[in-house]
Amino acid sequence: MIRITDIYKSYQIGKNTLPVLKGIDFNVDKGEMVSIMGSSGSGKSTLLNIIGILDEADRGTYNLDGIEVKNLNEKIAAKYRNQFLGFIFQSFNLINYKTALDNVALPLYYQGVSRKKREEKALFYLDKVGLSNWAKHVPSELSGGQKQRVAIARALASDPKVLLADEPTGALDTKTSYGVMELLQQINDEGKTVIIVTHEPDIAAMTKRNVELKDGLIISDKIIEPVRATLYV
Amino acid sequence: MFNIDRWQEIFEAISKNKLRTFLTGISVGSGIFILIILLGVANGFKNGTKEQFARDAATLIEFWSNKTSKEYKGLNSGRRIKMTEEDYNLIKQTYKEDIEYESVDFWKNGLATSYQSKSGNYQVIGAMPDKQFLESAELLSGRFVNQKDVDKTLKVAVIGIEVAKELFTNYKTAVGKYITTGNVNYKVIGVFLDPNERENTRLYVPYSTLTQLYASVNWGSGFVFTLEPEENYDIALAKSEAFANQVKSKLQQIHKVHPDDVTAIRHFNAVEGSKEIYQLILGMKLFFWAVGILTLIAGVVGVGNIMLIIVKERTKEIGIRKALGAQPKTIIAMILHEAIFITSISGVIGLLFGFTVLEFIGGQIKTEFILNPKVDFSIAISTVILLVIAGVVAGYFPAKYAAKIKPIIALRDE
Repeated sequence: MIRITDIYKSYQIGKNTLPVLKGIDFNVDKGEMVSIMGSSGSGKSTLLNIIGILDEADRGTYNLDGIEVKNLNEKIAAKYRNQFLGFIFQSFNLINYKTALDNVALPLYYQGVSRKKREEKALFYLDKVGLSNWAKHVPSELSGGQKQRVAIARALASDPKVLLADEPTGALDTKTSYGVMELLQQINDEGKTVIIVTHEPDIAAMTKRNVELKDGLIISDKIIEPVRATLYV
Repeated sequence: MFNIDRWQEIFEAISKNKLRTFLTGISVGSGIFILIILLGVANGFKNGTKEQFARDAATLIEFWSNKTSKEYKGLNSGRRIKMTEEDYNLIKQTYKEDIEYESVDFWKNGLATSYQSKSGNYQVIGAMPDKQFLESAELLSGRFVNQKDVDKTLKVAVIGIEVAKELFTNYKTAVGKYITTGNVNYKVIGVFLDPNERENTRLYVPYSTLTQLYASVNWGSGFVFTLEPEENYDIALAKSEAFANQVKSKLQQIHKVHPDDVTAIRHFNAVEGSKEIYQLILGMKLFFWAVGILTLIAGVVGVGNIMLIIVKERTKEIGIRKALGAQPKTIIAMILHEAIFITSISGVIGLLFGFTVLEFIGGQIKTEFILNPKVDFSIAISTVILLVIAGVVAGYFPAKYAAKIKPIIALRDE
């Protein structure tokens, strides 16, 4: 599904160049649930952004589901993001004046799906995350866990190939975090590829594979037996 | 272009962001409102100044005749020249293209005018309908002599404010009453106020009526013209001088007057002394445009500023939309579409509000220097359109910038 070979990325800070990724090789197969770990500044978020076509690598190749992601213009990048990827952010990033339903329906709007179909699909995914009763509420009326569930429903709405989550539990308490992880595990069980960036070991333990980054390099990559979040909820 | 889904998106964004919509609307609306008021006042100032400095029409050219002072073609000097309506018609025909207003006058002095027990001695002038504009006379009530009165030689009179005050205690009651002038009854059809105070003791009656009563031939005591207005003083002066000289030669030729005879046919050209008025009006015009353009610039800057703030405020939302697959042009279209919508609606509201205020205040203002502060509706509409277009142009750059922001940077913007 994802083939990353020898990727380099550095940021320009004033006159200094700060290398963030220093040659990463990273492959993810379909149906995997991977956690990327590392302390802040290790480059884990940058790697996720490159995978998510939110950012571009300076060097190296990235192949997403057989498509070479290289020198994309904004238009095609937007199309790929819409078709292949679903994003979940630490700060939820819901549009605050739209209802839960409209937030979930937004990726479908950009796919040109009709309004009626959009609402139907959005409601289906809201139901999947257990929030069908909250469809008409705006984000400010929802709890943190509910907001993240809405964001997950939104990420799923366009039926992407890969779900990318950047610290999805970073703003949530432990109990709610496990609830969200339970949902993500369930989605993975249905065959969806999930990549999660986290710095919390208990969250990483709930994935099937742990990748650890340090100073822009992968220092360990191991398959583990995931802890089922259901046990803690 | 018309996309119901996009409209729904925009209406949602507008209605869910009431404060933002309101503030944008207020600033655009008040901009247009101030523009309309300023243009109106500038216009009123121009009108007022014109009125203040114009006793008669500023471009008035008058011809009259007297005795000859030179022998010519065997004719004696001292011969009295009398111009006629035929001469007037000939000039009128020849210079049809150049003439703005025209009148042939027949003057009759020494007639007593009375109403009931009150009477007075006023100058009676037989004139054509344009006389009102040639004299810059303002009608206080009723109407002026019109073409129908002239054609039918009706016995009607328009009386000066001083005449009206002396004969009728309350001048407002004069219209419709019958006055007697030299044993002939005239119906009063209007009361006028001439900026030149001495001329408020006059009576204007149809030219045809007065000549029929007091002249064996249709004599013309004076021919009065204004030429089509010219912006430039030098051109106006040159044209008026050429016109005056040509008409004078023609009249000398008709009446067999020596070309160098200065007393027989005489003329007065108001353009010669009206350089200041021309300069003042030009100045007013420049002022008017400067005010308009500066206000427009302020409006454009204001709209651009608002657009910049809106884009800044929506950076995160734009980032989210981009991460979800919105293409740059969709983002630009969304921002501009919303901007055009709000700008147009609030622009029109500001416009209507401004017009209402001008209409209301315009009638109340009693200053000598501001008169009739009105704005041409088409100019006002074009300024709104211009402002909307300017808003789009000013909004385009921030929108384009926003659409170019990498979603990752936009999302980091907390």
